[in-house]
Amino acid sequence: MAILADQDARVIVQGITGREAASFTKDMLDYGTEVVAGVTPGKGGQRVYDVPVYDTVRRAVMEQGAEVSVISVPPAMVKGAALEALSNGIKLLVIVTERVPRKDTIEFLELAEECNARVIGPNTLGLISPGRIKLGMAGGPVEDVRKAYTPGNVGIASRSGGMTTEIANLLTTHGIGQSTCIGIGGDPVVGSNFLDLIPLFEEDPDTSAVVLFCEPGGIIEEHLGRLIAERGITIPLVAFVAGRFVDTMPGVRFGHAATIVEGNRGTAKGKIESMREAGIHVAEAFSEIVPILNEYL
Amino acid sequence: MRTLEHESKEILKRHGITVPSSQLVSKAEDLQVDRAVVLKVQIPSGGRGHAGGIVKASTAEEAQAALKELLDLEIKGYRATRILVEEAIEVEQEFFMAVTYDTLAKRPIAIFSQEGGVDIEALALRHPESVSKEAFSARFGLPPYRAREIISEGGVSGKKLLGLGNVLSRLAEVFLDSDATLAEINPLALTKDGKLLALDCHLEIDDDALFRHKDQASKEAEQGRYEGGRSATEFERQAAEIDGLDHRGVAGRVIEFDGTLGLIIGGGGASLTAFDAVQHHGGRPANYCEVGGNPSVLKVKELTKHILSKPNVQRIAVIMNVVSNTRVDLMARGLVKGILEAGKVPAETVAVFRVPGAWEEEGFKILDKYGVSYCRRDVSIDEAAKIAVDAPTG
Repeated sequence: MAILADQDARVIVQGITGREAASFTKDMLDYGTEVVAGVTPGKGGQRVYDVPVYDTVRRAVMEQGAEVSVISVPPAMVKGAALEALSNGIKLLVIVTERVPRKDTIEFLELAEECNARVIGPNTLGLISPGRIKLGMAGGPVEDVRKAYTPGNVGIASRSGGMTTEIANLLTTHGIGQSTCIGIGGDPVVGSNFLDLIPLFEEDPDTSAVVLFCEPGGIIEEHLGRLIAERGITIPLVAFVAGRFVDTMPGVRFGHAATIVEGNRGTAKGKIESMREAGIHVAEAFSEIVPILNEYL
Repeated sequence: MRTLEHESKEILKRHGITVPSSQLVSKAEDLQVDRAVVLKVQIPSGGRGHAGGIVKASTAEEAQAALKELLDLEIKGYRATRILVEEAIEVEQEFFMAVTYDTLAKRPIAIFSQEGGVDIEALALRHPESVSKEAFSARFGLPPYRAREIISEGGVSGKKLLGLGNVLSRLAEVFLDSDATLAEINPLALTKDGKLLALDCHLEIDDDALFRHKDQASKEAEQGRYEGGRSATEFERQAAEIDGLDHRGVAGRVIEFDGTLGLIIGGGGASLTAFDAVQHHGGRPANYCEVGGNPSVLKVKELTKHILSKPNVQRIAVIMNVVSNTRVDLMARGLVKGILEAGKVPAETVAVFRVPGAWEEEGFKILDKYGVSYCRRDVSIDEAAKIAVDAPTG
């Protein structure tokens, strides 16, 4: 069992006729993801890699049935697309688009909570449960996914999409397979952060440890201790914090929108200290993730 | 973007929050003073008071002297081109109020304290009970009754409660309507004659929402709002030009460092990982950068040449995460071309090449042809950094 979505999930792609969306739709289909419909208003009736395109999510869901949507539309249209998906019963949204206004994100997250739906992203490459399902761009074309990802028992949650694949590749290289690998998205507010995802991994019988890829900025890592105490989390967590040098450059944004040290808040050093206090194993070097994991597997 | 104080106050006024009467002045002959005033530098940075950027004047002469001084004053690298001259206010009590996003609750949050004019984060640490805060819905806003609940929890009663509730409710409106990520009034003054006035305002607008705030966006682009700020080095500016050569991928976000090892690294998370690893192994990077999204051969070539143009840089480490979108062969071709055009030998210049992923075999063929050694995907990012640092220079 993977977390979030399994191989029988029926998936739609909102914005499927866009160049990037069409391209990752093909990659998803090749990997075996059941992409049952696409939605682009005004382009209903077309087909993208033989996937039927509908004008509305309502029509797509009515005719094909779906509970997952991957959204790849321009930033100004993301909120509308997300609200449309939520009001038509979609339970998992993977929002690929970058540069979504913060207020829009908050608004559709409020509605998602009321609908008991889960959101991954915005600004995510998506997620992969190796051998089962791939949602979004994560890992690229199928032959690249198969080189980097193998089925197994370690979960990955990463603030960087590229590093999600890099960690999977590191584990695969050392014979360690993965259960579900999620790029949580690079924005300051994302639908599912570490605090939201760790409890899901905790409950998943097929995940026996989780790797967290952290960056400076924000306060999520600093709250993991509280989560572990309150929810009685016992699954082993291994974290790596990239960007220690960012601590010396407060106010400069790196890589992702959320990767910025503000004053003395969100430093790599502070995150490492508070995660260690919470009993999380923080790898000093990236490759150290493997020996630490091996103690638990 | 951080709007300047006077711009923020214009927005407050539009939403019915009272601010002191004022005049915006950029030269001596425009200054008209007939009563006590406060002169404030208009720069996009906090801490102006401590840095001498806010001066009181009770006569026209004092004001002229202060104006001259403030136009010359540099604070944190900024120099004001305009000074806000406000009527001096007789303050009875100062309050703090702000609206921002709570990234844990994923909601907007309103914050209030009866102790205005202080650093709220320091106050919240020292006296958490003196700060009241509550999340609200971005869709439904903060109606006055909800604002009053927060103010009342903050220990306020009587007539003040109504006025403060109205201001906080309107501040939430400012926050949502202007797509702000922070709207703060600190201090909010209660005057001797019972009025509430916003004495200072800090507004941060979401850069990703500027497309629907054309007035703000044009201000951001406007020349002469203020001078200074963290300006790019010539090396960084030229790197940005290279990134602008075409729209294919990113080969930029270059930040200059004073080391000797050139870096071509990417994407975002991997750049942070690789940079740390190079430093950890004792290497001294000449630059930071973020390459990704499948940049053109031209961009990679020009970036390579640009980094090698720094006199103290003899070698370049090329490290990326396993790529799926970016093509390894295009990276390799751009790199080799850049080194050759810089008049150097690829095999001696590449300290490490660790870019596994899409089109890797084609990329490795190019590197083989020039005798450049490379790592495959079983060499991790930090191992690659160590190889680069340990490589003999020369």
